[in-house]
Amino acid sequence: MEVSGALLANAIIAGLLLGGFYAAVSVGISISFGMLDVVNIAHPAFIILGSYIAYIVNDQFGFDPIVVSIVVSPLFFLLGMVLYRIYYLCFERRGQESLRGLAFFFGILFITEVALVLIFGVDYRMVNTRYGDVTWRMGAIDFPMRLVVPFLVSMVMVIGIQLFLTHTFFGRAVLAVAQDQLALRLMGVNPVRVKELAFAISIATASVAGAFLIVIQPVQPAIGREYIGLVFAVCVLGGMGSIWGTLLGAFVLGLAETFTSTFFGPSWAPAVSFGLLLATLAFRPSGLLGR
Amino acid sequence: MTGTRFSTLGRALCALGLALGLAGAALAQQPLKIGFGMSLTGPLAGNGKAALIAMEIWRDDVNAKGGILGRKVEFVYYDDQTSPATVPGIYTKLLDVDKVDLVVSGYGTNVIAPAMPIMMQRNITFMTLFGLNVNSKFSYDRYFQIMPAGPNPAVGWSQGFFDAAMSMNPKPKTVALVGADAEYPAMALEGAREHAKKTGLKIVYDKTYPPNTVDYSPIVRAIQATNPEIVFVASYPPDSAGMVRSANEVGLKTRMFGGGLVGPQFAALKTQLGPLLNGVVNYEFYAPDLGSKFPFLEKFLGKYQARAVVEKVDPLGFYLPPYAYAMMQVLDQAITATKGLDQAKLAEYIHKSEFDTFVGKVRFAKNGEWAASRVMMTQYHGITGNDVEQFKKPGRLTVLSPKEYKTGDLKAPYHENKK
Repeated sequence: MEVSGALLANAIIAGLLLGGFYAAVSVGISISFGMLDVVNIAHPAFIILGSYIAYIVNDQFGFDPIVVSIVVSPLFFLLGMVLYRIYYLCFERRGQESLRGLAFFFGILFITEVALVLIFGVDYRMVNTRYGDVTWRMGAIDFPMRLVVPFLVSMVMVIGIQLFLTHTFFGRAVLAVAQDQLALRLMGVNPVRVKELAFAISIATASVAGAFLIVIQPVQPAIGREYIGLVFAVCVLGGMGSIWGTLLGAFVLGLAETFTSTFFGPSWAPAVSFGLLLATLAFRPSGLLGR
Repeated sequence: MTGTRFSTLGRALCALGLALGLAGAALAQQPLKIGFGMSLTGPLAGNGKAALIAMEIWRDDVNAKGGILGRKVEFVYYDDQTSPATVPGIYTKLLDVDKVDLVVSGYGTNVIAPAMPIMMQRNITFMTLFGLNVNSKFSYDRYFQIMPAGPNPAVGWSQGFFDAAMSMNPKPKTVALVGADAEYPAMALEGAREHAKKTGLKIVYDKTYPPNTVDYSPIVRAIQATNPEIVFVASYPPDSAGMVRSANEVGLKTRMFGGGLVGPQFAALKTQLGPLLNGVVNYEFYAPDLGSKFPFLEKFLGKYQARAVVEKVDPLGFYLPPYAYAMMQVLDQAITATKGLDQAKLAEYIHKSEFDTFVGKVRFAKNGEWAASRVMMTQYHGITGNDVEQFKKPGRLTVLSPKEYKTGDLKAPYHENKK
C-alpha cells in the first residue's frame, strides 16, 4: 500500500474525530471514577439509555438526536442524583463501596439493559439526521458529518465541563472532594452534596454521548458493554480526575486506532491502543496529565 | 392351595401389567422436550429472537395437530447472550438437568461451534441453524445444517459473488478481502481466498478488524489505497452498517462491493441504510421478485410478520425465520418417520431423505450441509428513503445468481450505481 499525504491527513482527521467521540463517552467516567472515586461501571448503560431516548424521539417526531439529548440531559442529571443518593446511603456511608458498590453498578448495568430489551426489543436501532449521510470534502480530505457534528458538540461539552470545574466555586469543590474531603468539610462544604451533584453531571454527559453513539452506529441494548474497557482506558491513560487528560487520552487512542487501521491492519488496533496505555502507565503511572 | 397361589401370582402380574401400561400411557402423554440456547440478548439478539418466534410458530402448529408421536412439543431454552462461552454450560444443563429429549442449535456459527464437542461426546443428532462450515473442523456424521450454502459452504457462500465478478468485461484482476475477527467472517474469508486462487485474482488487501470498531473509514481508505477492482466484505450487522456508510463517505471506487454482509437481509438495516445500499452486491435467501417461486413461504410469513411487529423484531422475516421453521420441520419429519427418538436412526434418516419444508425441498450432503447451494447473490438498486414497505415489493433487488433464480445482470462499477 502506498502511503500518500492524503491517506495520512485522512488518518489524522479520522483519529481526531474518533477521539472527540471517545472523549464524550469517557468524560462522565473521568468525573465519577477519576474525581469522586465512584466506580460507575454502569456508565455505558446510561449512554445506551441516552441513545434510545434520542432514537425514540427522532423516530416519532423527527427531532435531531443530539438536540434531544441536550434537552433531556437534566433528566439524566436528576437520575444521577437519585442514583448517587442510593449508592451513598447503601454503600459509601457504611464504607462498603469498594466491592458491594461495584456489584451495585453491575446490577444497574444489567437492569438498564433488560429494561431496554423489554421496551425496545433487541433489534438494532439507528437515527436519521440531515447530516448523517453528508460528507464534506476539502481536496482529498473527507469530513463525514456523522462524526464531525458529534466531535464539535463533544468539544463544547468537554471544554465546558473543564471550564466549569476550574472557574466556579462548585467546580473547585468537586476538584477538592477528589483530594481532601476533610479539608472541604472544614471549609463548610458538604462533600456528599458536592459528590451527588458532580455524579449527576457525569450521568448527564451520558445522555449526550448516547446521542453521538446512535448517530455514528446502530445500537442494541447490550452494546454498552463493548465500551466499558474503552472508557476506563481513556480515563486512566489521560490521568485520573483530569478532564484535559481525558481529552488527550481520547485523542491518543483515537489516533492510535486510525493509524493502526490505516497503515498496519485494523485487528492490531486494540493491541496498539492498550500497549500505549501500558507503556504510559509504566513511565507515568498517574497517566498523561494526572497529578 | 395351588389355585390360591396361582391366583395371587396372576393378580400380581395383572397389577404389574397395569402399572406398566399406565406408565407407558403417562410417558406417551409427557411432552416432547426440545432444548436449545438462543441469542436473546447481545449483538445477534435481533436474529435470535426472530428465529425463536419462527420456532414457536412451528411448535404451535405441530401441537395444534396433536404433537409429534402423540406428544405435545415443549421448548426449554436459555439466552446464550450471543456469547460462545455460555454455550457448553447451556447444553450440559439441557441434557443433564432438564433432561430434554432432543436439542437443536441457536443462531449462528459462533454459538454452534462450541456446542459441537458436547454433541459428539454424547452421539446426539444435532440440527443447526445458520452455521457456516462448522462441520469442516469436526466431521461429525450426526450434524445437519439448514442454511442453503451447499456441500462446501465456505466456497458456496461467496460463489455467486465471484461468479458475478468474473462475468464482468474486462475480467477483474485484483480483490480486497476484509471481515470481522469472528468465526463467521473467518470462514467466509477462507472461502473467498479459495475463489481468488481459483480465478487468478490477486489479493491486494486481506485483513480483519475487531468487531467493536467504531469508525470504519480508515479501513475503507486503506482498501481504496490498494485500488482493488472488487471488495469482498464478511461482517456482522453493526460492522455491515459501518462498512457501507464508510464506503459511501470515503467515496470508495471499485467495481463490486459487498458479498458477505450480514444485516442488510433484515428490515432494521435495510431501512436504516436505505439508498446507501444501492449498488451493493450481497447475499440474500429471498427476493420479493421471486415470490412466485416460493409460494410456500407466504403462509409462514403471514403468521410470522404479525408476531414480529408485536415482539419488535425483523418485520420482514425473509432471511432467517423461514429456515428456523424449516429446521424444525426436518426434525419433525424425521421423528415421525423413524417413530422414535433414537439418535442414530434420526441421523440415518436425515442423511438419506428429502424433506418438504417451508423453504422448499431440502436434502443433506454427507457432511450435513445442504446437498446443493441456494445462496442468492443480489444487487440492491432503486432504493429511495427509509420506508420498509418498498422492501416488501419487487423491484429493489436484482438476483444475479444462481441461474434458476436470476432476474437481471450485474451493474458495475459500484460507485456509479449508487442510485
